[in-house]
Amino acid sequence: MSKIQAVEPLVAPDVLERVLAKGRSTGAEFSEIYIEDKRSTSAGLDDGKVEQVTSGRDRGAGIRVVSGETTGFAHTSDLSERGLLAAAEAAALAAKQSGGGVHKVQLGAVLRHSVNTVKLSPDAVEKSRKVELLKRVDAAARAVNASIVQVSAGYGDSRKRILIANSNGVLSADEQVRTLLRVSVVATGDGGMQTGYDSLGHTIGFEMFDENDVEELAIRAAKQAVTKLSARPAPSGAMPVVIKRGSGGVLFHEACGHGLEADLVGKSASVYRGKMGELVASPLVTLVDDGTMTAEWGAIGIDDEGHPSQRNTLIKDGVLTDYMWDYLRARKEGRAQSGNGRRQSYQHLPMVRMTNTFVLNGKEEPDDIIRDTKHGVYIAKLGGGQVDTASGDFVFGMTEAYLIENGEITEPLRESNLIGNGPEVLKDIDLLGNDFAMGNPGTCGKDGQGVPVGDGQPTLRVRSLTIGGTAA
Amino acid sequence: MSVGVPELQSLADSVVEQAKPGEQIEAYVSRGGETSVRVYEGELEHFVSAQSEGVGIRIIKDGRTGFAYAGTLEPSAIAEVLAEARDNIQFGTVDQWAGLAEPDGVAQIPQKFWDEELANYPTDKKIEITKELEKLTLAADARVRSEQSNYEDGWAETAVSTTTGIRESGRGNSCYVSVATLADDGDEAQTGFGFSVGDSPKEFDLNKAAREAADRATRLLGATKPASKSVTIVLDPYVTSQFVSILSSALNGENLAKGRSLFRDRLNEQVADPRFTLVDDPTNPLAYTATDIDGEGLAARRNILIENGVLKKFVHSSYSARRMNAKSTGNATRGGFAGGPGVGCLAMQVQPGNKTQAELIAAIDDGVLIQDVSGMHSGVNTISGDFSTGASGIVIKNGTLGAPIREFTIASTLQKMLLNIVDLGNDIDWLPMRAVGLSLVISDVMMSGS
Repeated sequence: MSKIQAVEPLVAPDVLERVLAKGRSTGAEFSEIYIEDKRSTSAGLDDGKVEQVTSGRDRGAGIRVVSGETTGFAHTSDLSERGLLAAAEAAALAAKQSGGGVHKVQLGAVLRHSVNTVKLSPDAVEKSRKVELLKRVDAAARAVNASIVQVSAGYGDSRKRILIANSNGVLSADEQVRTLLRVSVVATGDGGMQTGYDSLGHTIGFEMFDENDVEELAIRAAKQAVTKLSARPAPSGAMPVVIKRGSGGVLFHEACGHGLEADLVGKSASVYRGKMGELVASPLVTLVDDGTMTAEWGAIGIDDEGHPSQRNTLIKDGVLTDYMWDYLRARKEGRAQSGNGRRQSYQHLPMVRMTNTFVLNGKEEPDDIIRDTKHGVYIAKLGGGQVDTASGDFVFGMTEAYLIENGEITEPLRESNLIGNGPEVLKDIDLLGNDFAMGNPGTCGKDGQGVPVGDGQPTLRVRSLTIGGTAA
Repeated sequence: MSVGVPELQSLADSVVEQAKPGEQIEAYVSRGGETSVRVYEGELEHFVSAQSEGVGIRIIKDGRTGFAYAGTLEPSAIAEVLAEARDNIQFGTVDQWAGLAEPDGVAQIPQKFWDEELANYPTDKKIEITKELEKLTLAADARVRSEQSNYEDGWAETAVSTTTGIRESGRGNSCYVSVATLADDGDEAQTGFGFSVGDSPKEFDLNKAAREAADRATRLLGATKPASKSVTIVLDPYVTSQFVSILSSALNGENLAKGRSLFRDRLNEQVADPRFTLVDDPTNPLAYTATDIDGEGLAARRNILIENGVLKKFVHSSYSARRMNAKSTGNATRGGFAGGPGVGCLAMQVQPGNKTQAELIAAIDDGVLIQDVSGMHSGVNTISGDFSTGASGIVIKNGTLGAPIREFTIASTLQKMLLNIVDLGNDIDWLPMRAVGLSLVISDVMMSGS
C-alpha cells in the first residue's frame, strides 16, 4: 500500500460497472475505463530570476471499447455518470459490430501493487521550499567559473491518481508521484558558447532532496559546459566507443528496446521479428525491463491497463527471450501481459512502452576497459536518440565526450550524434563493466505520446560505432 | 480573429473582471475536439473521438508572475485556478519587464481558418478515405507493406482577454491523412511515409501521398554505408524545412536577451550567403502555420529576419521586446492553455532560387542528396551551433543520382552551413510544418560513415 493517505475512489464501482456495460452495448467483447486525476506544480528560474510558478490540474477519463481488431476510444473531462456514459456510448459506436444486447460487468476488489514509497508528498511541501532549490542551483552553478553566463533551472512535481476498470472484472488503482529537478548552463569563451545539462528525477516525493545534493547537480552541469569550451571537434568515422556507467542506457533503449515492443513486432516493423531464441547480442548482454524498480523514473505500481508492473528479462546472455506486451497484443498471441501497457494521459490510447530498461553488470573493472582501448572515444554523457525499428538504424547524441589515446582519457570533444545499427551494435559490445548505475530520468516519445522512462548500464565498450563529428 | 466565439470570450472576460487593484490578469480559454482513424490491412484499427477544454490564467503584480491552469471549464475549477495563480505570484522574483501585451494598433490580416465542409464531414467517409489511402499505397509497389494508414482532424476555439485591453477569440479546424509503410528485400526492411493536408478532405491528394510513402520505403533498399569524406549536400525540401525550423531558436529575441543565441552581437552582419533571405510570415495563407494573431493576441505580421545573408531582425513577444527596448513583432507563441506565452518564429519562409532540384543536382560533381535526417533533437545545439545528424540519401556523381546510402551522419556548424549555402531550388513545398520546404545546396559538410 502506498504511504499516501488513501482517499475516496475517483468514481464509485457501481458507476464504473454501468459505464463498462454501456461500452459493450454495441456488441464489443471488451470495454475499459481509465480515470486520472493529476495535480502538478512547476517552477522555472532563468537569468537569475524565478520567472513563474505554475499549478496544474488535469482530470478526466478515457474509455476504450474493443471489438475484434477494432478499438473505439473516447475521452472526457466530465467525470459525472452522465459524462462517462456519453463517452462510453461514443467509444461503443466507434467500435460497433453487428451484435449488441445487454452485458453485465462485475468488478473485483481493488488491486493495488505498491512499488514506490513516498515519504513527503509534494502537496505537503511549501512552494517556497521548491523555489528555494532553484536559487541554490543557480548560485552553485554560477560559482563554478566566471565563464558561466547563464543558468536555467526547473523544478517539477506531480501526483497522479489513476483508476482502471475493465469488463473482464479488473479494478486497479495507483498513486504515482514524480519529482524532478533539471539545470542547464551556458558558458562562454573565445571559441563561442557551450552548454551543460543535468537532471535528477525519481518516483518519490520531496525527500529526494534529502538524499541528493542539488549543488552537486548544478556543479556537474556547469563543469560540463566549461570543459567543452576547450573541446576540439569530434572525430568522424567508425571507432571503439567506451560509455560511462549510467549514461548510455539510451543506447539500449534505441538499439533494441523499441524493437522489442510487441506492437511493432506484430506488424513486422521490427528488425527483431522472428528472432526469439536467437543470439541477438553479445553473450555479455542481459537486458531487463523492470517497472518494479523502486523510485526509478519509469517505476509504476500498475501499468495504464491495470496490470501490475513486473520485471521482464528480454535478452539473456545475448539470446532474445521475450518481447514487451500490452493487453491487446498479448490477447492476440494468447499469452500474459507483461505490465508494459502505458499511456501519456486519459486522452491517449495505451500501447506497448518500456519502463526502466537496463543491462546487468559484467565482470570488468571500468578502468581496465579504458586502459584496453588504444584509440577511441569515451562518452560521459549521452543526449537523446531516435531509431527506425524496421531497419534497426539509430542515432544518439553525445553531450559530454573525450578522446581516448593509448588507454587514457584525454581531450574533451564537441557535441555530435553517433549512428549505428541496433543488431550490429549489440553484437559489437566486447567489454562490460561491473559498475552498474541507472541514468538520468527520460521521456520516451512514441506515436505522439511521451511517458517517463529510466535506463541504466555498467561501463561498456562497443568495438565500433560511427561518430558524426567534423574532424577527419 | 475572423470569427469570434462570444461564449468563450465572455468566460475569459469574467476572469479578467476579477482583477484586484494592482493586478494584471490574462485569461486564455480553449476547447476543441479531434477525430482519429487508423486502418491496418483493410480493417479499422482504431477510431478516436474526443473533446477537451481548459483554462490558463496568468497574473502579474508588482513585477511578479503567477500561473495556473486546469483541463476543464467548470466554474468551480476556474475559481480554483484563479486562486492558485494568485497564490503563485508571491514566489516569483521581481522582474521590471514583466507584463502583459498591450494593443499596438497593428491591424490583423483576415484569413480563413474554418471550413464548414470539414466540420460536417461524415464519419463513414473519413474511414473510407483512410482505407483508400492504404489501398493506393499497396498498389504503388509490390515490395511495400502497410504499417498504418491514418486520418486525423481537429477543431479548436480559443479566447484570450487581458486587463490591458486585449480581447480576441476565434475558431479553426484542419485535417490530414498520412500513411506509414515498410518495404522488404530479403532480411532487410526500410520504412517510409506519405501525407496530404487540406482545408477539407476534398483537397487531399491521396495518390501523391501513396506514391511518396512507397518511394520513401523502397528507395533505400540495398543502401550501403558510405566512406567518410567532405561533400556538397542537397537537402530535400522536407529536410530543409527541418533545418530552417531550428534557426527559430537562434532568432528568438528572448534567447538573445538572455545571451543564448548564436546570433548574439551579429545584427546587421553577414551571417549567411547573400543568396539566403529568410522571412517569418504567418499572414501568408499558403503557410500551414498561418495565423492572424500571436500567442498574446497581437496581430501576426510579416518580418524579414535575414535579408541577402544579413541578419536584420530578431523576433519578439511583448516581454522580450520590453527587455530589448524594441517593439513586439507579434511572435509570442503558445502551446495551449497549460502554459504562458513564449517567443518563436511562426511561419518561416525562404526566398526560392530559380532552379529545379534536377538542375541543382546536375551542377554537382560529388555530393549527396539528403532525403531524411534523424536526431535533430540530440545532435544540433542552437547555442553553440554544433550540427550533427543521422542521414540517408542518394549519392550524386557528375551531376546524376547514383546508389542509395544510409547509416551515416552529416556534420558542420550552423554558422558555417549558412555561409556555405551554394544555391536554392524553386521547388517550394508548403509542408505541414513551421517552415517552408525547398531544395537547398550546402557545400563542405562532413559525411561520417565507415
